[in-house]
Amino acid sequence: MAPVATPFFFYMLSGIMLIGGILVITRKNPVHSALALITVLLAQAAIYLMLYAPFVAGVQIILYAGGIMVLFLFVIMLVNIDRAAKERTFNSQWLVGSVAAIALGGLFVAVYIKGNNIFPEHALSVIENDNTQKVATMLYGQYMFAFEIASLLLLVAIIGAVVMAKKRI
Amino acid sequence: MGHDLMGQIVQYIQSYLSSDQTPGAAGNMFWVLVYILAVFVGLSIAVIAMNWLERKILAHMQVRLGPMRVGPHGLLQPIADAIKLLLKEDIIPAEADVAIFWMAPFMVVLAAFTVFIVVPFGPTHAVTDMNIGILFMLGVSSLSVLGIVMAGWASNSHYPLIGALRSSAQMVSYEVAMGLAVVSAIVMTSLNASGTGTLSMIGIVQAQQEQGVWFIFKFFPLGLIAFFIFAVAMVAETNRAPFDLAEAESELTAGFHTEYSGFRWSLFFLAEYSAMIAVSSIAVTLWLGGWLRPFPNLLNGSTWDLIFSLFAGVTFLFFAAMCFFNAVRMPKHPFFRIQTIGLAGFGVVLGLIGLVMLVPAVRIRVQDIFWFSAKVAAFMYLYIWYRGTFPRYRFDQLMQMGWKVLLPMGLGVLILTATAGLWPLIQHSIWHP
Repeated sequence: MAPVATPFFFYMLSGIMLIGGILVITRKNPVHSALALITVLLAQAAIYLMLYAPFVAGVQIILYAGGIMVLFLFVIMLVNIDRAAKERTFNSQWLVGSVAAIALGGLFVAVYIKGNNIFPEHALSVIENDNTQKVATMLYGQYMFAFEIASLLLLVAIIGAVVMAKKRI
Repeated sequence: MGHDLMGQIVQYIQSYLSSDQTPGAAGNMFWVLVYILAVFVGLSIAVIAMNWLERKILAHMQVRLGPMRVGPHGLLQPIADAIKLLLKEDIIPAEADVAIFWMAPFMVVLAAFTVFIVVPFGPTHAVTDMNIGILFMLGVSSLSVLGIVMAGWASNSHYPLIGALRSSAQMVSYEVAMGLAVVSAIVMTSLNASGTGTLSMIGIVQAQQEQGVWFIFKFFPLGLIAFFIFAVAMVAETNRAPFDLAEAESELTAGFHTEYSGFRWSLFFLAEYSAMIAVSSIAVTLWLGGWLRPFPNLLNGSTWDLIFSLFAGVTFLFFAAMCFFNAVRMPKHPFFRIQTIGLAGFGVVLGLIGLVMLVPAVRIRVQDIFWFSAKVAAFMYLYIWYRGTFPRYRFDQLMQMGWKVLLPMGLGVLILTATAGLWPLIQHSIWHP
């Protein structure tokens, strides 16, 4: 199906992401921050959908919004928030933060000015219908080795987490 | 000019009718809206019916009568309940986090209803067919955990918090076993000439049609074991008995929705039942052949096609006959006159629906939806049956079941299914290296 009102949805979703991102760092209550982050992740999944990458969008929803963020909330809920909110921030790094923000902003401006030479003129004509199949053949064909290495790394991390969490094995 | 516009609109509406795609895939907004409305209304009716059926069936299992007063055999009880819930005072606890307390029920309802846009009631009877269908269903339904956690935390009370913690721990851990069972069914879809599988809900059913076997019977008993894992995990996912620790009345009052009342509570109720229907539809789509009728290979030919297409109408006529039978059996006292008339009227409505469904033009279009709904209804009955018979699990037993029984079983089944699917290839490379 042909895309409908693409600019509108793009600006709406990026607006949601920006507002959500600002809320994540300005809210005092960590639960509110976490919920704002979930909104950002969901809007990001929708942008993936707009970019004809439904598989990435689905994985984003399952892993980030449904999995990781639930565990985040799970931990935050067990912490005594009232006491945590009263504590003063001890690692204020506004100097490093502003330098990083200026560098990133500069990068964006540079991309905006020089973008015409970097990015292709036309949008790629990607077929949405076999997106998942394409991802699968790439992961298990061309990039098999990298994929297996990544899964091995994750396995090491899982075993490490179990060893650290369990007192007696 | 006005006439021209009308003509265009009519043409736009008609242009879909000859299509063999879902309205979403054909890109016809009018029919998309019609389908969404139809699914929404059908789902709400199904939830209302489930409410009545659950109380009735549970009551009969425990040798009680269940609701008998409001309407004949308590048929109007769900409507009375709904009115009561809507009129109730809406209480928000003083110390609650109001914004999140507001959002939580909507989050749960959204997650439970959104998944239905990819549920295939027939080859063209779905709102849309997504390339990532099953992934979308699992992902969006996993968002309901968020709503539950939000509800439990925002209530700022102990029972809801513990209920939400239990429920989220349970849902996150059973999702793993569920995912593995689903993957082993998806692996089966790739056993065709091209060798690529599909995640699309319609594609999965079509793969079963092509291979001529429901995936529950494929590579016997592997498909059956995967189905069993899913059937257990889906009960845990929806927080129903015997895994309903999250709302264990004897321990936690009502779990995460203890502080909710009135309309907000009814949203949780609606979401719970539609989530049950959603996971049942996943099970039906993946293992029980979705909209396909039973025995398409064994009992084929036009005669059998005709007989099986009559089932939908005959079922409704059977219910109508039950209504008339019970209307005759009603006590002859004047006090029961209205109830008798009401029951007979309900029977007439059911009978008319049944007769309409026997008309050939309707029959052919409705039979897919009928078989899909009938299979889902069997699952809904199982849910009630579980609730009536199984005692509740303890939390450590629940976790043990999920992580130490279902997860290894799921991994084993996945490996064996993949091996069985590749077996011709393996054999070939052994004998002809």
